[in-house]
Amino acid sequence: MTTKRKAKIKPRIGMPLLDPLKRARIFSEVSLGYRAEDAVLEAKRCLQCKKPTCRKGCPVEVDCKSFIRMVAEENFREAFRVIKDTNSLPAICGRVCPQENQCEGTCKLRPTGQPIAIGRLERFVADNFYARTSCEEETGFMECLLPDENLKVAAFGSGPSSLTLAGFLAARGVKVTIFEALHEPGGVLVYGIPEFRLPKSVVKREVDSLKHLGVDFKCNFVGGMSVTVDDLFADGYKAVFIGVGAGLPKFMKLDGENLVGVYSANEYLTRVNLMHAYRFPEYDTPVPKGDKVVVIGGGNVAMDAARTAYRLGASSVRVIYRRTKGEMPARREELEHALDEGIELEILASPLSFAGDANGKLQKVTLQRMELGLPDASGRRRPVPVDGQTFELETDMAVMAVGTGANKVLTQTTPKLKLNNRGYIEVDPATGETSMPMVFAGGDIVTGAATVVQAMGAGRLAAKEILGRLKKS
Amino acid sequence: MINKILKKRILIPGRVSELTIYAPHIAEKARPGNFAVLRLSEKGERIPLTIADRDPENGTIVIVYLVLGKTSALLDTHVEGDVILDLCGPLGKPTEIKKQGEVVCVGGGTGIAAMHHIAKGNFEAGNEVTSVIGARSKDLLLFKPELEKISSRVLIATDDGTVGHKGFVTEVLQKYLQNNSSVSEVVAVGPVPMMKAVAKVTAPFDVRTMVSLNSIMVDGIGMCGACRVSVGGEIRFACVDGPEFDASRVDFDELMTRLCAFRDQEMLSMELFKKSEAS
Ligand SMILES: Cc1cc2nc3c(=O)[nH]c(=O)nc-3n(C[C@H](O)[C@H](O)[C@H](O)COP(=O)(O)OP(=O)(O)OC[C@H]3O[C@@H](n4cnc5c(N)ncnc54)[C@H](O)[C@@H]3O)c2cc1C
Ligand SMILES: Cc1cc2nc3c(=O)[nH]c(=O)nc-3n(C[C@H](O)[C@H](O)[C@H](O)COP(=O)(O)OP(=O)(O)OC[C@H]3O[C@@H](n4cnc5c(N)ncnc54)[C@H](O)[C@@H]3O)c2cc1C
Ligand code: SF4
Ligand code: SF4
Ligand code: FES
Repeated sequence: MTTKRKAKIKPRIGMPLLDPLKRARIFSEVSLGYRAEDAVLEAKRCLQCKKPTCRKGCPVEVDCKSFIRMVAEENFREAFRVIKDTNSLPAICGRVCPQENQCEGTCKLRPTGQPIAIGRLERFVADNFYARTSCEEETGFMECLLPDENLKVAAFGSGPSSLTLAGFLAARGVKVTIFEALHEPGGVLVYGIPEFRLPKSVVKREVDSLKHLGVDFKCNFVGGMSVTVDDLFADGYKAVFIGVGAGLPKFMKLDGENLVGVYSANEYLTRVNLMHAYRFPEYDTPVPKGDKVVVIGGGNVAMDAARTAYRLGASSVRVIYRRTKGEMPARREELEHALDEGIELEILASPLSFAGDANGKLQKVTLQRMELGLPDASGRRRPVPVDGQTFELETDMAVMAVGTGANKVLTQTTPKLKLNNRGYIEVDPATGETSMPMVFAGGDIVTGAATVVQAMGAGRLAAKEILGRLKKS
Repeated sequence: MINKILKKRILIPGRVSELTIYAPHIAEKARPGNFAVLRLSEKGERIPLTIADRDPENGTIVIVYLVLGKTSALLDTHVEGDVILDLCGPLGKPTEIKKQGEVVCVGGGTGIAAMHHIAKGNFEAGNEVTSVIGARSKDLLLFKPELEKISSRVLIATDDGTVGHKGFVTEVLQKYLQNNSSVSEVVAVGPVPMMKAVAKVTAPFDVRTMVSLNSIMVDGIGMCGACRVSVGGEIRFACVDGPEFDASRVDFDELMTRLCAFRDQEMLSMELFKKSEAS
């Protein structure tokens, strides 16, 4: 692109936000979403490239160019249909996709620093379009096939992979039953990602529309324990999908890691989100009240935990990350929002140990100063300890957000499933099928912790394959 | 109807009761050592309770609870015919039961109920079962008749000496182990201090000793790490790696500290609950 043309590029239309001072201590959604006039203006910035590159960046290949054109033409209903063609959860993706690495990362306008705000447009369309039927909500079309009670497919887990699979199949006449271990469906969307980023009403809307399409949700059923894969086949199910996620929190094997006051991010967020502990004692589940909080990690999970702690009244919250700000894997927008709200960063540092008082309660953390060395396998410069440089921080609550591993409840009770050496399920990448015939898997339990939209892509791949096979037989 | 309470047996008024609940999918799958997680209201907490018995034919499971705080007190207001809002199970690894000769099952307080299912499993596997049970007083001894049916002997200790040995179960256990070298395994379920003491007693005898740990849980399916315990210096999750672990390797003191993590909030919840019940 020539400099002349670059100069003509208008900046992205900003999204209205709650004021940082007002929002930093409450759980209301931070981003308010485009108004129609914002959306149309933003859509009109799109170059409508002959060879659009945006679509390639999207794991579920949303036809960005077309839907953006329709937004520019104020034909929102048609825009919705185009998005729904490949993406069953646009209100969610528009909010939580790391767009900078996906659609917006490959937009032709990216080099100007002002790519089209595809995520915000997608969210606008999804939020403002009121589907007339649940079928339309699911597929963009008015009418779907009624589910055939004899064509039964089951899914374990109710995260985005299973929800996508269920939507695709249910709209095409397959009876889907989802078995979820927790008491509420939604997976990470419900127990992990906080209300201020993804309102639970948005997730509920998706779940409700699936229910209207005839999808059955059986909560409190644990795959491998309450019901097994073999039980399902014996019960007449034709295929089974496993989407149980990678929810096993990792710890760092540090001294003092089991002190009272050290939590995994999953525990902290589950208490607050799924169990509504932020409204204790109205809700029964207690939540630790931290005053000087440290959060270990640099991804979305760390940001969510840090911002939650601040909202629950901490006087200071520090995110401790072993590389630098530029390498933090969190969504850019969330990192910026967190900093605006008053979250502090302690970069190039890594915890060595925790120490507590006589009652086993956390008092301080000892940190190792790091520096960036040579690039590692991921291409990022590897953090290495700076000899002799350690320091301490006073803290009464530490949250570990250093990654998760494969959830093992189902895999350890289903010995026929082939796993890789890290405990994730092996699948045929072309179909999503596991080592067990007609048993498919997708999402974090296959890839390790990834993204919502990647999990959806896996659900869709398996759903297509299952449908094809059911039609053949 | 699923999760319906079919029978309530008050074992110790206001303190311990036994519920028989209709939950056929859990009844079919539950093994000794498994537990279930329940939630009683939309605003309620998830709490784990051991499956003390099961009847797959009638599709029922049995739980026995001790009223401690808000959730167990709320459970105690439930009567026959009521339905438990959420009941999830079976969870945890079942007890490893193999035919191996004589097994001594030690139970303290409400733990006797949980121990009962393990003792029964051992009996059904053809092992000789010796039960050692203890409580503060005679009236607080649970499951004695049930245990008598499956045990070769039931040894008793009470704090006040109203029946059996006056003192702790560990004293009875120690004496028994001294006189019976053929014991292949000891299993203990009860308050943490009791399990810690059992570990200490059995250590010199070189007999495999398993304890069932009751750490604080949230999800019960390995996703939160609230239930983590140190076993042999490593972090293990009681809900998916346990709840039973080799007693000689468990850090009981850490477990006791972690069990008190939310004491203040728990007391507040209970106070508010009592007030609302009174009004
Ligand atoms: C705090 C947090 C923030 C995140 N932020 C983002 C973000 O901003 N953007 C983004 O793209 N991604 C984000 N992610 C990652 C994203 O949420 C996951 O990649 C995605 O949810 C994975 O989907 P899934 O379908 O594999 O299942 P999950 O969402 O992991 O859900 C799995 C479900 O299976 C259930 N389950 C487990 N075992 C069993 C069993 N045996 N039987 C039945 N049910 C079972 C679980 O209870 C759970 O409900 C975040 C993750 C976390 C934890
Ligand atoms: C695997 C397992 C099996 C158990 N089996 C039984 C049983 O068969 N019968 C029985 O009476 N009790 C059992 N317990 C203990 C039972 O879960 C607690 O007594 C119960 O959670 C107390 O809740 P509350 O609201 O009544 O009391 P609270 O006032 O909330 O707590 C009282 C004490 O119970 C413990 N506790 C609190 N919340 C939890 C929680 N979510 N998970 C675990 N412990 C908690 C804490 O030590 C706390 O100090 C078991 C625990 C575990 C982990
Ligand atoms: S689904 Fe995500 S990656 Fe794809 S276009 Fe929408 S926001 Fe972008
Ligand atoms: S690459 Fe960017 S500018 Fe081009 S069509 Fe896609 S969104 Fe529009
Ligand atoms: S209770 Fe959450 S991991 Fe065990």
